[in-house]
Amino acid sequence: MIDIDDNRLNPDELLNSLKSEEEKSKRGKLKIFFGMCAGVGKTYSMLKAAHEEKLKGIDIIIGYVETHNRKETAELVEGFEIIKRKKSNYKSTNLEEMDLDAIVARKPQIVLVDELAHTNVPGSRHIKRFHDIMEILEQGINVYTTLNVQHLESRSDTVAQITGIVVRETVPDEIFEIADDIELVDLPPDELLQRLSEGKVYSADKSKGAIENFFRKGNITALREMALRLVADRVDKQLHDYMQQKRIKGPWKTGLHILVAMGCSPYSAKLLRWAKSLSYSMDAKIQAIYVETTHNLTTKEQEQFNKNLNLAKQLGIKVRIITSNDKVKAIINFAQKENITHIFVGKPRVRNLFSMLSLGNFVNKLIRYSGNIDVYILGSDHLAKDRFKNKVSILPFTSNLSQYFIVSLYISVISVICLIFKNFIGYQVVSFVLLFLVSFLALFFGTGPILLAASLSSIIWDFLFIPPQFTLHIEKPEDMLMLLMFFIIALLNGILTSRVRRQEKKIRIREERTHALYQLARDLANTNTIEDVSKTAYKFISENFSIECMIFLKNDYNKLQTENDQLSENEISIAYWVFNHISKAGKFTNTLPSSDYTFYPLHGNTENIGVIAVKLKNNFTQGESEYWETCLTQISGKYEREFLRNTAKKAYLLNESDKLYKTLFNSISHELRIPVATIMGASDTLLSQTYPEEIKHKLYLEINTASIRLNRLIENLLNMSRLETGRISLRTDWCDINDLAYKVSENLRQELLPFNYETVIPSDMPLVNIDFGLLEQVLHNLILNSTQHAPEGSNIRMKFFYDNAYLIINIMDRGEGFPENDLNLVFNKFYRGSNAKTGGTGLGLSIVKGFVEAHNGTVTASNRKNGGAIFTIKIPVLTTDISKIKENIE
Amino acid sequence: MERDDCILIIDDEVQIRRLLEITLSANEYKIAEAKTGKEGLTMAALSHPSLIILDLGLPDADGIDILKKLREWFFKPIIILTVKNSESDIIKALDNGANDFITKPFRTGELMARIRVAIRQSQNQTDNPLLEFGSLSIDLSNHTARKNNIMLKLTSTEYSLLVLLAKNEGRVLTHQFILKEIWGMGYIEQTQYLRVFVAQLRKKIEDNPSMPELLNTVSGIGYRFGS
Repeated sequence: MIDIDDNRLNPDELLNSLKSEEEKSKRGKLKIFFGMCAGVGKTYSMLKAAHEEKLKGIDIIIGYVETHNRKETAELVEGFEIIKRKKSNYKSTNLEEMDLDAIVARKPQIVLVDELAHTNVPGSRHIKRFHDIMEILEQGINVYTTLNVQHLESRSDTVAQITGIVVRETVPDEIFEIADDIELVDLPPDELLQRLSEGKVYSADKSKGAIENFFRKGNITALREMALRLVADRVDKQLHDYMQQKRIKGPWKTGLHILVAMGCSPYSAKLLRWAKSLSYSMDAKIQAIYVETTHNLTTKEQEQFNKNLNLAKQLGIKVRIITSNDKVKAIINFAQKENITHIFVGKPRVRNLFSMLSLGNFVNKLIRYSGNIDVYILGSDHLAKDRFKNKVSILPFTSNLSQYFIVSLYISVISVICLIFKNFIGYQVVSFVLLFLVSFLALFFGTGPILLAASLSSIIWDFLFIPPQFTLHIEKPEDMLMLLMFFIIALLNGILTSRVRRQEKKIRIREERTHALYQLARDLANTNTIEDVSKTAYKFISENFSIECMIFLKNDYNKLQTENDQLSENEISIAYWVFNHISKAGKFTNTLPSSDYTFYPLHGNTENIGVIAVKLKNNFTQGESEYWETCLTQISGKYEREFLRNTAKKAYLLNESDKLYKTLFNSISHELRIPVATIMGASDTLLSQTYPEEIKHKLYLEINTASIRLNRLIENLLNMSRLETGRISLRTDWCDINDLAYKVSENLRQELLPFNYETVIPSDMPLVNIDFGLLEQVLHNLILNSTQHAPEGSNIRMKFFYDNAYLIINIMDRGEGFPENDLNLVFNKFYRGSNAKTGGTGLGLSIVKGFVEAHNGTVTASNRKNGGAIFTIKIPVLTTDISKIKENIE
Repeated sequence: MERDDCILIIDDEVQIRRLLEITLSANEYKIAEAKTGKEGLTMAALSHPSLIILDLGLPDADGIDILKKLREWFFKPIIILTVKNSESDIIKALDNGANDFITKPFRTGELMARIRVAIRQSQNQTDNPLLEFGSLSIDLSNHTARKNNIMLKLTSTEYSLLVLLAKNEGRVLTHQFILKEIWGMGYIEQTQYLRVFVAQLRKKIEDNPSMPELLNTVSGIGYRFGS
């Protein structure tokens, strides 16, 4: 091996150290007062330290401190603000618990919380106090706490061995590593014993029992060694880290990397604990692997496996699950890829002949292929034996009774048929028939029934067919041999077939899940509203998991919406908790497990989306859980996209309306000001001095023109707002085009005076069904537009005709027409031609378009061949034959 | 020339009231004012107006209700002041006895003309069977009409329509009102009949039928006879 320059820092390690530094800085600091057992004075030391901090002016309070009626300790409690304990009623006993929310709300700089390993009262938010402390730390509050060595997860086995007392209140080793500071509270065993006997730890009667059971000198010394060693290891590790961070030369990390091959036996749990404590003292990285094979786990095995997984998580060991039928190959491959230096496996258990062969083989193979990786085989103990017995009793009989009955029935029926034809086919052929039957049955039944079938068929063959008939006795040695072979072949055949089937079933389940996921992805892709996503999600979950579920999403203000009658207030608060902490809670979890529902967060890549509540009868198995979380990831991802899209849409709309508002204001404020200025100016002049009649008259005219312009602007704005708000409703009525044309010309008489104006209406023009008022406005705007653009004295023509159920109106002028590029834009709001006279708002033509479209018609603008603009309106209309009406009435 | 005609203005807008007061006084009318509907009803009884100008948008009551209450005993002309785009309100007001309407903003010249016609119309309720409008004359006793002294050939429907309009000179008659009067309740929606007959009648009575001066269209509402 090439030795790389010792000084160089592994970039991954540097990154890790930086990352953990960063995380720590956001989080509050955790200081553990660590001791070997009760009575060494941890709480006392903690309170002392707290007093010192308080003297420095730090805001420090007591969250929860247990004085155990020790006088010295109780004295120290005085002078601190104490958060009142939360009282709860569980099974009609009043219990007190630390008030987590009150502490978080109070937000001191440091809070004292005694007994880290404490298990909370059922119904509390978290199962264990260390979860509470994690939450407090997350809020940036520093915590002082106390812990005994026997409560550390990885030490609990050893403690049980030393003291014979099983410790139930354990905390994951992780917290020991999370702690920023660990203060060892030590007391020589003799002193402790003396304190005990003086009744300073427990009251006199209690302490006698305690001394006899637990506080024996041997025990205490062993525990003390363990505690001292742990702290020493930690100090050592800190030194290493420090040197690494500061690039100090020295002995680097050994680069050891442990892989634990875990399984689904309680023994694996032990293996994990062992490996963890070894990794700590070896200063090695550690991870675990589980190789999933086609072998079906029993419910018990599944439960144990889940426990093992949780344990690994608590110990801070990452578990990789790999599917393969060759365990050795999978483990070795993985180990090589991850640069593993040590593989830890358990000593194989001998279950039966078969497993002895295969498992013995497993260790041999592992060692053979391991190359330069060290393989450690750890021995089993009574736990494994326990399981051994257990296992044998449940292994083969997993199928239900009816299956055994049906199998027996088949064998009997076929045997009877064979018996009838025995004389034609001979007894040897019968063995093939039965063999075929057993193999065939293996396609449909489990291992147990097949074992029965194999045994039953061999007995029947012997009894009914092999001569001498109707005895179990066999005369010929070859028959004996055949019967033996028959039995073995039947058995192997059956077991192999059922194994293939199991494998097939597993693959099928996986395929189904893959297919379902694909289907989900496709269904989700087809949704484009949040409601649709919810519908798809509900449908998918009820079809594929057959569980009751409820989805709660956040609202616009990033708050969870929980309008639901089915959930109790308590459960709704769990939903909020899950939403805020982005981790699951409720039934089958460590947080608030007393609820009927399990709550999972819906979290996309960056956005927090909501919470899903499910009512689970049984906890998810490992496979189901992965499948479930994959589905949730997909669903959350889609929700996130929809939420983001909505946000983008809202932003766009806001931007659009903002733009409109600005344009409107820019345009309108200018247009409003000019006539107002004219009116003000002219009237002011008229008021201030006496002018000759002639000038007065001119000023009056100006005021008049300005007011007309102002009125027109207001009309346009009102019409525009009618269009924008969609309040245009057609009031169609029969209309004489002559009337319409005359009305429009009459209203614009003044404006049209300088022009050669002409309306053309064919004499056979029928009555048309239109909204008179709207169309009058349309023509008014168009002709006004022409008067503003055409030179004085030129022709303006309005031509009507009726063509095949369409009313067509042309308005033509001899102005400059439109720039070719602008022809599509002329009906846009606020479009102003470059040569437009002042006085327009750029609204007139867009009103035209709106009103014509309200008639389901179209309006187009184009340039005339010989100059000028032409507007063409085409409106589908109902008509009446005038001559018929005349006949009707007269 | 001192007129005796008093005009009651019912409008909550002080500026409109002031404008009308100035304009009407300049035209030598006496003025009475009311700011609310309730006050309007009282003033109508106290000041004996020859004409009432009623704003439909009053703060204290629906203008139509005030109109209905006035019409229980007040038979002289009422002109409605209203905003544009409220055709249905205008029609409702006309059907409830308003003589005419004028939309804000209005030209005072036009308003004066309407007032003059309305007052004259209400005071000329004589039994004279001869109605004259420039070159057009209608002889109610003989059921004949003449244009430039030439007898017009009118169908009976055309004649009834002409008489209905002429008798209500200056007053806006809604489509529905005319249809009901001439053809009966069953024809109230058949505006196409009215269009056809109005066009025919115009050809006979107007100097220039495409620019009618007697039979005027009131957009979306009805017709008004007389200039």
